[in-house]
Amino acid sequence: MGSNHRISRRDFCRSGAAAAAASALPLPAFAQSAPRVVVIGGGFGGASCARALKQIDPKLQVTLVEQSKTFTACPFSNNVIAGLRGIEEQQFGYDKVVAAGIAVAAQAATAVDATARTVGLADGTSLSYDRLVLSPGVDLRFDALPGYDEAAAKKMPHAWKAGEQTVLLRKQLEAMDDGGLVVISAPANPYRCPPGPYERACLIAYYLKTKKPRSKLLILDAKDTFSKQRLFQNAWKELYPGMVEWVSLSQGGKVNAVDAATNTLITDFGNHTAKVANVIPPQRAGRIAMIAGAADNTGWCAIDPVTFESRSAPNIHVIGDACLAGGMPKSAFSANAQAKACARAVATLLSGGSPAAPKLINTCYSLAAPDYGISVAGVYQPKNGLLADVEGAGGVSPADAPRDFRAREANFAQTWFATITAEVFG
Amino acid sequence: MKALRIAIAATAVVAGYQPLLAAADPPPGAASCSGCHSPTAANSAIPRLYGRDAADIEKAMAGFRDGSLPATVMNRIAKGYTDEESRAIAAWLAAQK
Repeated sequence: MGSNHRISRRDFCRSGAAAAAASALPLPAFAQSAPRVVVIGGGFGGASCARALKQIDPKLQVTLVEQSKTFTACPFSNNVIAGLRGIEEQQFGYDKVVAAGIAVAAQAATAVDATARTVGLADGTSLSYDRLVLSPGVDLRFDALPGYDEAAAKKMPHAWKAGEQTVLLRKQLEAMDDGGLVVISAPANPYRCPPGPYERACLIAYYLKTKKPRSKLLILDAKDTFSKQRLFQNAWKELYPGMVEWVSLSQGGKVNAVDAATNTLITDFGNHTAKVANVIPPQRAGRIAMIAGAADNTGWCAIDPVTFESRSAPNIHVIGDACLAGGMPKSAFSANAQAKACARAVATLLSGGSPAAPKLINTCYSLAAPDYGISVAGVYQPKNGLLADVEGAGGVSPADAPRDFRAREANFAQTWFATITAEVFG
Repeated sequence: MKALRIAIAATAVVAGYQPLLAAADPPPGAASCSGCHSPTAANSAIPRLYGRDAADIEKAMAGFRDGSLPATVMNRIAKGYTDEESRAIAAWLAAQK
């Protein structure tokens, strides 16, 4: 019955769309039944989007597909690595999402049929949708860096998806003797959380300085520039003199291969054998985006900047780290802001309207020490088919700010985390 | 009778206008605010904006924009909005519960 109904409505819409084009009539079918939206991925993007959809139009049937019962947040997970925070403080359940009237399917999405508009689940069942939102985050590429596969990640953790890997890196740092070499390998753009590797360097250095002061931290980078660069470099000099060394791409910093057996990172200029090696590999959109036909040959998803609809897969919207959002960095704040704009656009499209151009904000805080915060912010709007920076807005914290300014930003970082996780999961 | 007709007409205008302003459609940019500004928490380091006086919000945004009001990050964000956009966002935030 449900499926017959769906087909008849879709057929109606197809003819209705033609009629609307001719006469600008609204599409009455949607007013009579509850359109179905499936959201894949229960992180900052997906869970925000599901909740925003339900809030905008309580009649929508919203299903969130997420196989994990618990979400482990990446922002502030560098504090866990540094021993400043417990992993449980990063973890959130879906009870409030369910209480908001959203059906949660606790399984992996394994297939998407964009023509039939169905999502296949791991248990063999399927979900029909009128519109699909993908917020799958990133997949770590275990085929991009010779020697670095899932087995190697158990020895040389990436800790770029929070959870077990975060705890593993923490344990390795705890077990290391004073005087050891810690190496972070940072990838080329684009990747999740552009300032993340450098915040991690700061907070690991904070731990080392406190507990193992003869140790060194080396960042091997596949880039020549990075987010909040001057602020991070100033903080390394000011807070951790002689401890942190950054090797840029042009200085031979790019890691070409690793050997997990010996904890060695191999560059054009030589080999670095680490006591603790944190390898952050290249990334791409989560696999379901590729299955759905929404990812391009770069591995990421091109989108319409007004609706977040995929450029290649109709009726499928992509938000968060998986999408190419122009100037917007891959951050939890971006994913949450995109989720709300996308929900508005999806609800408008489902009611036959035409979505207004959104205006979006991103704010990313990083901690150089527990009481030393720095930030980058931006305002974005659609321009030439992309989400472009609004000129004259945004930028990073001032380079010459006093320590109480940094302390206030560190405090705001904590408040931001509490607020955004409450909005999404609370 | 005439008074009743006027009252009905006034109700109709309000009923037709109010939901648009209050709940339905936040103006562009307004939905991002709650990423930092909690709609519920009262004693947060980052102030709550829902239900605040629209003129106060608009004035603060203008101050952040021209630098007369010191800030850590709002000065950078406010420069992305025109006076008109700020006014619309302020009115929407003020109308939220």
